[in-house]
Amino acid sequence: MNFEIYQPLYILAAFCFIFGLKNMSSPATARRGVISAELGMLIAVVSTLLRHEVVSYEWIIIGLLVGTVIGIPIAVLMPMTAVPQRTAVSQACGALASALIGTAEFYKGQHGFTVAALMLETLLGFLTVTASLMAWGKLQEFLPGRPITFKGQLFFNLGILGLAIAFAIGIVVDPVGNAGLYPYFVALALIFGVLLIVPIGGADMPTVIALLNSYAGLSACAMGFALDNKLLIIAGALDGSSGFILSIIMCRAMNRSFSNVLFGGFGQVVAAVAGKEARPVRSATPEEAAEILGDARSVVIIPGYGMAVAQAQHKIRELYDALIKRGVDVKFAIHPVAGRMPGHMNVLLAEADVPYDKLIEMEDINGEMAMTDVTLIVGANDIVNPAALNDPTSPIAGMPILDAYKSRTVMIIKRGMSPGFAGIDNELYYMDKTLMLFGDAKSFVASLVKEVSANHN
Amino acid sequence: MNYEFGFYVFMLAAFLGFELIRKVSPLLHTPLMSLTNAIASISVVGAIILSGEKDASTLSRVLGFIAVVSATTNLVSGYLITDRMLKMFKKREPGRK
Repeated sequence: MNFEIYQPLYILAAFCFIFGLKNMSSPATARRGVISAELGMLIAVVSTLLRHEVVSYEWIIIGLLVGTVIGIPIAVLMPMTAVPQRTAVSQACGALASALIGTAEFYKGQHGFTVAALMLETLLGFLTVTASLMAWGKLQEFLPGRPITFKGQLFFNLGILGLAIAFAIGIVVDPVGNAGLYPYFVALALIFGVLLIVPIGGADMPTVIALLNSYAGLSACAMGFALDNKLLIIAGALDGSSGFILSIIMCRAMNRSFSNVLFGGFGQVVAAVAGKEARPVRSATPEEAAEILGDARSVVIIPGYGMAVAQAQHKIRELYDALIKRGVDVKFAIHPVAGRMPGHMNVLLAEADVPYDKLIEMEDINGEMAMTDVTLIVGANDIVNPAALNDPTSPIAGMPILDAYKSRTVMIIKRGMSPGFAGIDNELYYMDKTLMLFGDAKSFVASLVKEVSANHN
Repeated sequence: MNYEFGFYVFMLAAFLGFELIRKVSPLLHTPLMSLTNAIASISVVGAIILSGEKDASTLSRVLGFIAVVSATTNLVSGYLITDRMLKMFKKREPGRK
């Protein structure tokens, strides 16, 4: 093996990636982690350009420039509420790159183990492309967010996947003779990606986005095997395992299994049950609610996806300020699956300048709920639904929830009485200590802020 | 080519990934996903090799070029937005307004 400068540089790049991920463990060091990972990528790109087999530069440079020109506005202009969509699109781009490289390598006439690695790379790559685009469509609401299920869906989907794998095996066995199968294989992978997302509802997006992240990483990893490139293997494996463990964490936070998320069609089953008669609820005006909030000693705010939709995070931060000024102890309770991607709520509240030590995880805050005067729920439903604990027949039975029902007063900001995403009725609305605050989250919180600050004088 | 060695690397890296990610606070799950998503754009390396080769076929050149563009898009936007997000995580700032 001839020595080339890229070899030690690749090791350095791999070190930078690992060091970067390690620093992500705490907010205090996280930015250092990103810089380290950026440095790793820069080293990887520059040292690849220095490889002796890379001789023609013009298209590479143009490609890098075009990608940068597209990438910068995406990153800079994207509002924080759209972060899940951006992640999905970005995943589709990364997976597309991986799939196309695999395709080109295949047509170079590889054989043996390399072909097997290429098949895995392109299978994961192509299915992640369409799956990510579908996820994007659902998040952006081009496509209906509700899960679409049909009879025999599981068998149909697995049939498509099985066929794709069968073609792949055929190609591996005889890469030259069966090369004609390759376009069909690609088509099947693309179709499977679409089918994979069709039955998945918006509430399961955190799990799915994480899982697709994992696939994109594993695809890069398979490319590493095909090209005999250890740096690709390491970076791909880091991404693959991170996406995988995040999706496990998300599943656990919903008390559901992987297969249930992927094939469960969550939310569809329940729609029939929801049509019960209207029960009386207590509602309150902003004035009344503000008075209770202002007189409380402790307030816990529980944000959900509705906060993101209404863009209410900045108003909530103002409410937080106004209450703190009056000596109220305010905390935020964050459910692991609130929102459309892991950690979604934290980013939105951080954007609104809420100090992150006020964002409390579920396990830590639930113990305090019984001592809390008021919980204010903004755009969340299933994650505070006591049915998860009390009703074994409920579709969300067993899902860990934020124990809002234990606090002395519960306030829920909601547009109307329609059930939440999963279509499940919520007992919490009908409790005696519950006040429903009907209205748009953003404008309602704005009037709360006004009242709380005015009462103070 | 040494596949066996590749599998050792894969196993260790995957294990390391699991251990590192498990320790990440849920607070940072979104930036973490953006970052690992950006790291996955390491496929740009493969794209550069593919499109830079001396006698690459037209197919390789075309697919390689598209791959460079899309991997770079992934890379640039992934890193920039991760950094933008992390900039927002502050402990306690001097009172605004």
